[in-house]
Amino acid sequence: MTKNFKRPDGRKADELRPMSAKVGVVPNADGSAMFSFGDTVAIAAVYGPKIMHPQHKQNPEKGTLRCSYNMISFSVTDRIRPGPSRRSTEISKITEWALDPVVMLDKFPNMVVDVHINILQADASTRCAGINAASLALAHAGISMKNLVSSISIGKLDNQLVTDLTKEEEDWEEGEGATDIPISLTQDGKITHIQLDGKIKKEQLKEAIKLAEKATKEIYEIQKQALKESLKEDNE
Amino acid sequence: MNKMEKVLTTPDLTGERIKRYLLDGKRFDQRKEDEFREIAIETGISKKAEGSARVKIGKTEVIVGVKMDTAEPYPDSPDKGNLMVTAELLPLSSPRFEAGPPRFEAIELGRVIDRGIRESKLIQLDKLCIKEGEKVWNIFIDIYSINDDGNLMDAAGIGAVVALKTARIPKYDDKEEKVLYGELSDKEIPLSKEIPLSLSVHKIGDHLIVDPTREEEDISETRVTVCISNGTIHSMQKGGEKELSIEEMEKILNIIEKVSKEITLKINKYLK
Repeated sequence: MTKNFKRPDGRKADELRPMSAKVGVVPNADGSAMFSFGDTVAIAAVYGPKIMHPQHKQNPEKGTLRCSYNMISFSVTDRIRPGPSRRSTEISKITEWALDPVVMLDKFPNMVVDVHINILQADASTRCAGINAASLALAHAGISMKNLVSSISIGKLDNQLVTDLTKEEEDWEEGEGATDIPISLTQDGKITHIQLDGKIKKEQLKEAIKLAEKATKEIYEIQKQALKESLKEDNE
Repeated sequence: MNKMEKVLTTPDLTGERIKRYLLDGKRFDQRKEDEFREIAIETGISKKAEGSARVKIGKTEVIVGVKMDTAEPYPDSPDKGNLMVTAELLPLSSPRFEAGPPRFEAIELGRVIDRGIRESKLIQLDKLCIKEGEKVWNIFIDIYSINDDGNLMDAAGIGAVVALKTARIPKYDDKEEKVLYGELSDKEIPLSKEIPLSLSVHKIGDHLIVDPTREEEDISETRVTVCISNGTIHSMQKGGEKELSIEEMEKILNIIEKVSKEITLKINKYLK
């Protein structure tokens, strides 16, 4: 760690914001979950598997995972116009790709599983919080999965790598500015999603991925705990 | 495979059963005809909104946020702020809601709540003028469904007034003429003393009930939503296919008056 480097909120470079996770937050859904990093709060609900309509979209080989990511208009300081945007369309697809590898889609040919993600409050890393919530919601719905997916944003502020960017850090302007690297991993070390905006050398990117591995281990524990707690409640 | 074929409306058999129960004055969840489910309210649920609230009525849940910005006033009201209410029925909140542009239910929900707030003059829009003819405050009230177990309408109405009541106007830089988002002043939105409530009565067979569950709402023949403030009616909308007799209409108004007093008492501490 670079000497004298201070994060705006006083966290250590590899320290995540306080996390919380809970499943069963949307009673109507087949599975649902909330996941938060500090002030970033995401909820996800799963409906399905159900028959895919229209019929021509049915795939007899395997089922389809369909994700939608949406930010609540008052989740940020400058109100967002409700409805889909180019950004949310892209993140929806990225989320599908992040989760596809762990969902055993071959178990339900011709069917679709809908995952609806909503960001209730945003302080950066919203897609990561969304993916974490979605992964939990799928597990809560009892969809066959090989693993959970855990997602984290690693940042490079000037030349310093940090874990779990806030909005203030995302807007970093000093030195080389901010590089934002959201990464999603499974516990067996497979990357299911990675994006990058900014400027970074290969060696440092490798370090960033190591940091992500470390961070996602912590996230996984929180996710696992949330699932265990829901089982406890069911047994009461 | 769980719930492969999810039932998207209440089966006839359940509907018949609900009606038969009502003949004996009974509801599935033991409530009286004019009794609400438990109401739970949480305020300040969003750090980014100027005001916000979460309202649960039984298993039904909505969140409401108030955002503000500045804009040129409309030519016909150069010295008044503007109000806009929108509602989104999130696909997350029910297997029945689909993504895409708002459908009728969401549009109606937003507009009914909008009219209640507007017509009751809850917001003193003339006090939201920054510079006549040039700059006024816009107030956005955005309503989102989180779980639909019936009666989103009344939950939204309660959420809207509570969110407005807890809102603080953001700071405004006169010189730069811009809003300093994230910095809230301690100024409240200027509201009238009386708080209007939008409440609905549903007709099932010969019975008039309040706060329907999803199943009850499905078989509701007619809905009347009334915005009432201290006994004064400010807006009203009838929805649904069936007609109402004058007698029934009078009964409905009596029910609304009674229930509005009870609900006001229940939520009063959030309106102070």
